Amino acid sequence: MSNQVWMVTFRIFRKKGNLKPYFEDFQMEVKPGEYLLEAVERIWAFKDRSLTFAHACHHSTCGACGMRVNGKEKLTCITLIKDVVDDDGTVKVEPLRNFPVVSDLVVDMGNLFLNLESVGHHPVISVVEEPYQDGIAAGKGSEADYIRLSDCIECGMCISACPVATTTSTYLGPAALAGAMQASLNPDNGVLKLVDCADGVWRCHSAYECSEVCPSYVEPGRKIMQLRRKVMAERIKSIFRSNN
Amino acid sequence: MKKPHVIIIGAGFTGAATAHDLALRGLDVTVVERGALVSGTSGRTHGLLHCGGRYCVKDQESAIECIEENLILRKIVPQVIEPNGGLFVALDESDVEYSKGWLEGCEACEIPYKPLTPQQTLEIEPYINPDLKIAYEVPDGTFDPLRIAMAFAATAKSNGAKFKLYTEVTELVIDNSGRVTGLKVWDRVTDERSELYADMVVNATGAWAGMIAEMAGANVPVIPTPGVMVAYDERFVNRAINRLCKPSDGDIVLPQRRMVVVGTTSFEVDDMDYIPVIEDQVELMLDRGSALIPGIRDVKERGVYMATRPLIGSGLTGRSAARTFKCFDHKESDGIDGFVTITGGKATTLRRMAEKTSDIVCQKLDIEMECKTAETPLISYRQYHAL
Repeated sequence: MSNQVWMVTFRIFRKKGNLKPYFEDFQMEVKPGEYLLEAVERIWAFKDRSLTFAHACHHSTCGACGMRVNGKEKLTCITLIKDVVDDDGTVKVEPLRNFPVVSDLVVDMGNLFLNLESVGHHPVISVVEEPYQDGIAAGKGSEADYIRLSDCIECGMCISACPVATTTSTYLGPAALAGAMQASLNPDNGVLKLVDCADGVWRCHSAYECSEVCPSYVEPGRKIMQLRRKVMAERIKSIFRSNN
Repeated sequence: MKKPHVIIIGAGFTGAATAHDLALRGLDVTVVERGALVSGTSGRTHGLLHCGGRYCVKDQESAIECIEENLILRKIVPQVIEPNGGLFVALDESDVEYSKGWLEGCEACEIPYKPLTPQQTLEIEPYINPDLKIAYEVPDGTFDPLRIAMAFAATAKSNGAKFKLYTEVTELVIDNSGRVTGLKVWDRVTDERSELYADMVVNATGAWAGMIAEMAGANVPVIPTPGVMVAYDERFVNRAINRLCKPSDGDIVLPQRRMVVVGTTSFEVDDMDYIPVIEDQVELMLDRGSALIPGIRDVKERGVYMATRPLIGSGLTGRSAARTFKCFDHKESDGIDGFVTITGGKATTLRRMAEKTSDIVCQKLDIEMECKTAETPLISYRQYHAL
């Protein structure tokens, strides 16, 4: 199995400067059990040094290498080639949607980072703030003492997949709204008021495409719905406060 | 007076940290990088904020650098660090035997440690191999590779530094006196070529430093030495878990997000632009990693990657070579002025590598400015994109 070699055509989105974008095919031998990012890196190394793509950690902790693969958002460093194409097949690789394209497969995700910052999302948190499953992450010791990097790797894939992300450029988008949910665990930071607007929790159409493509267990769709409930509860509370 | 312009080649850890250091000292800084930020070795680092315990027996200079820098990074960039400590775990009698020299090494390098019985160890990290003999708790940590570089780069930008990514150096410009005065670059975003002028060029390209130095006819004895890392789909531990043994294959398991990452191996290559994954080494990581944390065998592999260390040639190779860094003033080594190379070192010592390089750059440019990076907290890594 591991010695199997496939011939695959990689149909890559290309764009330089103000020139018109186009697709370029690269045929290459690959192993079905390789990760897609390996193939993209080999196209750069051995076929075309002008190809640009973002990548850093190669194991899904940094979030740099998100791309659209056959029309679906994938973190390419953890996407097996055999899961997206067959022997003799063609796989289409494009940059993420809903961000400005810088060049080829590189997009400008500046807005995503600023929005996460604006809602007060914490990049490092206590392990009990984002617990999961049987509590492996929390360990068994003095749990709250452990600090870990938050689940969200800021890959932008949820924004690329969101059907309403581009209806307005001011929409906070799924990553930042999920970030706001995390930030709202810290009461009195004003984040519930911040997201209680048309560009906040109320623009979401509950398509859950974000949750489907999230490679890092954030489930933005579910978090946006939780956040809506908190926003409503806050409104009710503030009515009582103003009546007193 | 016009500020001197320094061009740094390479936006890995060293390039980003040097940009921050020089910009903080008031210089005009431009970083050129052929790929994305930390898309070479740095982004693919294991992510261990070393306490020095890995090196305290055979390479005490590196060990002391690690513990000192570890404490500084915890203060200036807590935004990307998991400060949960680490364990050195003895699994068999030969590990226990090794621990004698290791404890002496910790004492000599002033690395604090605390012995734990197997029971105490399992209370705090229940997924470690229950057959362990003894463990020592040390001040290791873990960090996010991309974001630590973004924090340095963001702070550099806030002090005026510019980053030109996807910009490949094609040639160094050398004047009649043999001085490097700039470089020719190929902007891969626009597919345009241009020339940039500098009062000083810093080659911060790590494992690729020999290639860039060669463009000036200079020699840098760097040995590209890759190793494999394998990520598994469960965060079994909160601490960095080291096997208490002589540095060897697959002896470190780190938590990252909801994963653990096992590394690494060590071999030499000539061409490091693309290092294929070697499947036998992936198997080896599973064997070695599951010796420390048996549960690794029961979860899915999540990712595999190769990272190429820049080791400084000294006659020794692989694990015997020191992990210290070296800054070369090519005027002294090759008679070429205006050109400095920094290579070797480790992720944990990035700030110190930048300090040493910036000291040499400032000395050559006749600028008297002290390094302030050890006391200067970095701004949010997210500002990298805003500035």
